[in-house]
Amino acid sequence: MLLSMSGIVKNFGGVPAVSNTTLELQAGEVHALIGQNGAGKSTLIKVLTGIYERDSGEVLFEDSPCNFQSPGEAQVGGIATIYQELNLVPLRSVTENVMMGYEPKRFGCFIDWNEAHKRTRDILARFDIDIDVTEQLGKFSTAIQQLVAIARAVSLEARLVIMDEPTSSLDASEIETLFGVVRDLRSSGVTVLYVSHFLEELYEICDRVTVMRDGQSVAVHEIQNKSKLELIGDMLGRDADEIEKEGMTQLGHGFVDTGELLLEAVNISTGQRLKNFNLSLHRGEIVGLGGLLGAGRTEAARALFGIDPLITGKLRVSNQDWTPLSPREAIEKGFAFLTEDRKVEGIIPDMSVRENLTLALLPVLSRGGQIDRAREKEIVQKYISDLGIKTAGMEQPIRELSGGNQQKVLLARWLITNPAILILDEPTRGVDVGAKREIQLIIRDLVEKGVGVILISSEFEEIVEGANRIIVLHEGESVTELTNPGITETALINALAHGHVGAA
Amino acid sequence: MKRSTFSLKRASKHGGLIALVILLLFNILVTPNFFQLQTLSVNISQVATIAIVAMGMTLVIATGGIDLSVGAVMALSGALAPLIFGSQFGIDYPVLGLIAALCIPMIVAMLCGWFNGAIVAYIGVQPIIATLILFISGRGIAQVLTNGNLQTFQNPAFSYLGTGKILGLPFQGWLALAIAAILALVISRTTFGRYLLAVGGNERAASLSGGPVRKVKIGAYIICSALAGLAGLIVVAINSASDAARNGELMELDAIAAAVVGGALLQGGRAPVFGAILGAVIIQLVKYTLLANGIEDEYALIAKALIILAAVYLQMGRRGKHA
Amino acid sequence: MLDAGSFDLRRYISRNPQSIAVWIALLALVIFGLIRYDNFGGAYNITAFLNYNAMFIIISMGMCFVILTGGIDLSVGSVAAFTSVIAAYLSPHGIEIALPCAVLAGLVFGMLNACCIIYLGIPPFIATLATMIGAKGGALVISGAQTVAVDWGSNFTKLGMEKAFSVFPWTIVVVAAVALLLWVVLEKTTLGRTVLAVGGGEDASVMMGLKVNRAKFFAYALSGGCAGLAGVFLASGFGAGQPLEGIGWELSAIAAVVVGGTLLTGGMGSLPATIAGALLLGLVFNLLNFENGKGVVSISAYWQMVIRGAFLFVVILFQARVMKSRSQRVAG
Repeated sequence: MLLSMSGIVKNFGGVPAVSNTTLELQAGEVHALIGQNGAGKSTLIKVLTGIYERDSGEVLFEDSPCNFQSPGEAQVGGIATIYQELNLVPLRSVTENVMMGYEPKRFGCFIDWNEAHKRTRDILARFDIDIDVTEQLGKFSTAIQQLVAIARAVSLEARLVIMDEPTSSLDASEIETLFGVVRDLRSSGVTVLYVSHFLEELYEICDRVTVMRDGQSVAVHEIQNKSKLELIGDMLGRDADEIEKEGMTQLGHGFVDTGELLLEAVNISTGQRLKNFNLSLHRGEIVGLGGLLGAGRTEAARALFGIDPLITGKLRVSNQDWTPLSPREAIEKGFAFLTEDRKVEGIIPDMSVRENLTLALLPVLSRGGQIDRAREKEIVQKYISDLGIKTAGMEQPIRELSGGNQQKVLLARWLITNPAILILDEPTRGVDVGAKREIQLIIRDLVEKGVGVILISSEFEEIVEGANRIIVLHEGESVTELTNPGITETALINALAHGHVGAA
Repeated sequence: MKRSTFSLKRASKHGGLIALVILLLFNILVTPNFFQLQTLSVNISQVATIAIVAMGMTLVIATGGIDLSVGAVMALSGALAPLIFGSQFGIDYPVLGLIAALCIPMIVAMLCGWFNGAIVAYIGVQPIIATLILFISGRGIAQVLTNGNLQTFQNPAFSYLGTGKILGLPFQGWLALAIAAILALVISRTTFGRYLLAVGGNERAASLSGGPVRKVKIGAYIICSALAGLAGLIVVAINSASDAARNGELMELDAIAAAVVGGALLQGGRAPVFGAILGAVIIQLVKYTLLANGIEDEYALIAKALIILAAVYLQMGRRGKHA
Repeated sequence: MLDAGSFDLRRYISRNPQSIAVWIALLALVIFGLIRYDNFGGAYNITAFLNYNAMFIIISMGMCFVILTGGIDLSVGSVAAFTSVIAAYLSPHGIEIALPCAVLAGLVFGMLNACCIIYLGIPPFIATLATMIGAKGGALVISGAQTVAVDWGSNFTKLGMEKAFSVFPWTIVVVAAVALLLWVVLEKTTLGRTVLAVGGGEDASVMMGLKVNRAKFFAYALSGGCAGLAGVFLASGFGAGQPLEGIGWELSAIAAVVVGGTLLTGGMGSLPATIAGALLLGLVFNLLNFENGKGVVSISAYWQMVIRGAFLFVVILFQARVMKSRSQRVAG
């Protein structure tokens, strides 16, 4: 046994993120770790690699107890991690990102750059990548950056390599390359811990799988013995048959007749990352945007909301031509945009729930520059109770709320503006299972009231079950459209991986 | 473990006031002649100008920026005033002259603020560099205007700004309090104030919520420079003389120190306006305490450094470790 | 420079466009000066100019490292004043004693900054602001608030006032040696590359297992040490330790670093370009003096300040435009 984690407990501010969890890895296996957002997977990994300190539990690595205090220690100890957020430094060169801290030296202290570049090229060649390694990392696509991150882990000769959503931005051929690398690692005795949303992939390269739910490990299986539906059942804590009948999310809404055309986007481009985007949206409709990481989904949303200026293309809102020049104008036109990363673009951490909630509505709530405090409190109270936001009061600083409740406040920020078109970018990311259901119900409710929703989500079941139509983006262009009823996750994944109409 | 963090949190929340009370008590007990009108007047006089600039600085810091040009703006506005009411126009029309001498420097100061704000908001230059431009050249402009000369004058109406008294205490002290009250209201009750804090707290979120980020930033710099302009006028009024080389020298440091001790966070998001006054008072009191008890000025500087570190450290304890 | 393998000029230009500005401006001003003023290119002016600016070049280099980590050091001016007093006091024992002690004093201040920033978590701006104020007070205390004359009898003033082989001022020799050493550290050692990585992404650097605290500690200590050395130059070049000098030096250093193309947020920058930036800012001053000497137009000291401010403004505008066009070309 290479790694044994048992009885792991980790609390944040009294709330358990991980409790009584077990994870056991054999040497030389590829082991999958699956679970919904908020199930505790990344917390468990961060406990193992020394980013968090565990509250209790035992960790045995290579038969000796270990308690890494920092990622550096974990690396030295033989565990390398590749995070989805790609913890690399874009301003520095590719070679530096791969070799940093372990550069080949001459006379013991002077970096031998020629050797460093050569080694980096050699490692990348194993992945069939041939790039200028002296160039800044940030100049390359997300896919290349992801492979560079993996190259670093490989070059560190770790005994355990943890990969967190490694294929989220890779196309079909790049995925094959990655799988080759993983098989390579396995045959040289390295263990791989593989975290992924794409359950199909696991069947191709994983041996066993651990399922997490609500902060606990609930099952361990030989992957070939379980069907995908059974795995999903373990993840959701529901019966597999029930899921098959009722769906995984709360978003399926029977695809009622949709209303008139709300929005039409033709040939939109804003730069390198969004080159040709087309979309039409009707009242009461959910249009999903599908695509890999870096395909341009968020860029499409930013274009519609007036954040990035349009280079080409036209927008028509309710049959009138319109050019979005700023978020403020978009809001006045009836758009709302719940962004992807609430920490970076969403919450104002030191402000209260009330202040965060009304931020987009201030022009409406004030007269002559002065805010109508009474009206503000009234309307905030209404939304707190309507959305079931758990808070000690509207004056509580938002940073003290849980992820799910913060997300609800942000959702309320937009709902309060009474939008006609609501763009949601990963609305249930980092949100616990209970809040996730509630948010999904709120969305469904909105749609039934006639709001048009554009949904971006990396939890495929949300778009597969919820969207009337899915527009698939590939490298900044909308390439395919799938229509419900009838979309299956397989069809979606195929469309994403191959990226061209008719290539499936 | 829980107990000590509890009292540390409490201490840091009211730390400023506690420190003030301790200092006052110490001085009342130990320092001779402390609680006399004369001493208080002198102290308030010195504190008021720093406090006024510090309040403006607090607003700029709340947006996540900094303004190094406040001293230069003080010199500039202080140089303009005597030129105006001392000119032919000012002598012929004393009332208009006085009004012009008060308004034109303020307008010029606001233009400086607009300049700073525009470079930060429209060109995207870091505030420390953007305001460095006026820091370097503003005082030069002032000295060009006055030919480097010290301007002395006699103008009782203008001098009221610096030497006038209400209820026995200096006018500029009352002025500082009035400004603090107005600013505090603006921050808590207006959309401008709300957006100001939002821009500092999370600029991207503020922008995505439709906040007029650029206008708010420029507004903060304009207010800061306007207050610096006012402070420049007050200094000139106190001395009945305008020395463009010295007016406002090193004021930016004092203002930043006062703002920070008063609770402003450099990354933005908080605008404790009364805190700026408190910070200025504490620093001034420590200086006075040392001086009045025979310790040289130089040690006051070291004490000031320690106060700043202590204040910031305690306030960080209050926010706790948040990711 | 991104990293030193073999040097490719075209690549250097395309990768560091904001650094081009400083080299072009420097060249342009030098040519302008050579054409317009008689003694500009003469040995006297060059050596006097370099000698005087040695102090600023040194602190700019230290500041460069600090800014590369994404921090800032406001204390360099005050620390230089403090160490100039120390050096003056120790001058009777000769430069061999005075210099190391003064540099050590500077290092101590730098380490003080580092500890406040790393272990107490105080933001660099505040921590170094406090040190600036404290060092100023300290300088006044140990000097009794007056300038401290050096011992003219010892070899102390040789550093600031004399030349190596009668050609290069000693100060410049020292600066060149330090510059070379620091360049090697930045380009060729893990420590130097970690400094760059920390500024480019501190969280990522931690995740990559880099010794982030060590890099920051080094940067601030170095900056203090450079300020210490500048203090020695000050005392040795002017014959006295001056506790009230150094005001505004940190801003000149920051300006030099920024003009040289280093990002204020860190992660990318070049030491040679920083030196060019310091030279450029000093050159503006030098040219203005010459213009005055010509007697055609008299530019008062006050106009000089205005011109320097305007100059900085123009450079900043240029850089902003370069950055903007660059970010538009790269993947949005």
